[in-house]
Amino acid sequence: MALLDFLSYGFIQRAYLAGSFIAVLCAILGLFLVLRKLSLIGDGLSHVSFGAIALGLFLGFYPFYVAIPLVIVASYLVLKLTEKAKIYGDAAIGIVSAVGIAGGVLLASLSNGFNVDLFSYLFGNILAISSQEVFLSVGLSVVILLVIIFLYNDLFSTTFDEQFAKITGINTKRINVALMFLTAITVVLAVKVVGIMLVSAMLILPAATALQMAKGFKAAMIMAAIVAVFSVLAGITISFYADLPAGATVVMVNFLLFVLSFLIKKFVR
Amino acid sequence: MSIVLSIRNLSFSYDSTEVLSGVSFAIGKGDYVALAGPNGAGKTTLVRVILGLENKYEGTIEIFGKDSEGFNEWGRIGYLPQQVNAFNPLFPATVKEVVGLGLLSRMSFPKKFTRSDETKILKTLEFMDIAALKDKLVGELSGGQQQRVFLCRALVADPELLVLDEPSTALDPQTREHFFSLAERLNKDKKVTLIIITHDTADIGQYAGKLLYLDKQVVFYGCFADFCQSKEMEKYFGPFSQHLICHQHT
Repeated sequence: MALLDFLSYGFIQRAYLAGSFIAVLCAILGLFLVLRKLSLIGDGLSHVSFGAIALGLFLGFYPFYVAIPLVIVASYLVLKLTEKAKIYGDAAIGIVSAVGIAGGVLLASLSNGFNVDLFSYLFGNILAISSQEVFLSVGLSVVILLVIIFLYNDLFSTTFDEQFAKITGINTKRINVALMFLTAITVVLAVKVVGIMLVSAMLILPAATALQMAKGFKAAMIMAAIVAVFSVLAGITISFYADLPAGATVVMVNFLLFVLSFLIKKFVR
Repeated sequence: MSIVLSIRNLSFSYDSTEVLSGVSFAIGKGDYVALAGPNGAGKTTLVRVILGLENKYEGTIEIFGKDSEGFNEWGRIGYLPQQVNAFNPLFPATVKEVVGLGLLSRMSFPKKFTRSDETKILKTLEFMDIAALKDKLVGELSGGQQQRVFLCRALVADPELLVLDEPSTALDPQTREHFFSLAERLNKDKKVTLIIITHDTADIGQYAGKLLYLDKQVVFYGCFADFCQSKEMEKYFGPFSQHLICHQHT
């Protein structure tokens, strides 16, 4: 099949468009999270989105409309648990994550027949994305990107040295809350691309790849975004021609790029 | 002389452990003050309280004549934290990007760098003789170079008060000497008020004009020569060390 024919399919166009926007978000936020040693927040919040999507299906609502606010609340809980319960971030993520999964499983066991729908979210299917979901994904992505652009310097300063950021008058608590909320929305959107099980790969791998090569923070951010978009486009294309699951293929392309950047760093530079 | 920092009856506790008790002193414009004391004396805590990093204290703090509760002119204060090497060495930030962070205190929302900010960053790097490193990653620099980068970050907004927390701990003797001569230049040429936290009471006497010796409360505050004559010094150092330290400066 000619490439132009392939590109003329509506579902491929929708997957490319929504996937690219979500990939850019994941890459940029992922860089902040990886550098703050919060990489696993994506994993934790995606597990919460499992419970939230189950609740949406259980109540008969569009799952993402339930998942977005619930995952935002969960991200706030992670912050508050770390602050108030005097436990480390990874433990807080573990608690919220476990409750999310347990809630999802309980709701699935109480349900009458939505298990197939619920389990389809585990591995995602970007090729099945609807026009409504594309609109939601692109709209939210643009809003999140604008927020990141406006808060860029404060996010950078807080990530590099939170104590110094505070001394320069930055409200680091508010910045941390903003980062968590943005991550929560992004995680829910990324569930559609790669599924609950693989969301953290979308956040971690492009950032990890960029960190092998980048010569500056802005450069790392741009590089991570390019890697993420390339992985999504290549992953969707390969999955279509090779009849493979799109989410897993996107993650494997991401991983191969990481290995390549690691080898280049090791042997060329 | 105008007062830059005034502290009255300051007390602070971590949970039930009292770290500072009834601390009072004032620092004037252009002073060069060494803040010394034994381990656990509360030196770093005092600085953290002054900089607004700890806020459950009792007493009064006035910075540039304003109560610290509502103080928001953070661009007037530069800070070099202890253990600058504790930052993530894998962080892909260039020297220029890190130094630029020091300017955020002078910016209002939305914070964007202008051409004059870029010039300011370059001038500060030149002042510290590290302009050639501007595009290097901070994590790839030596300890001494990193120290200078963080000092540039503290200086780039032209602070009137500069607080340095044990700045010479990670430095070799030569770099340390260079560092203190830079601090002296800042104090004399740019009239920056300096507070340097140090463990090295013996060494700092040759640089700082005043010594604030702290042990949960102010034990001594005055010039180093007077400290040498004081019974407080004999109590904390013993007569032999007192003689050795003070002999270096006579």
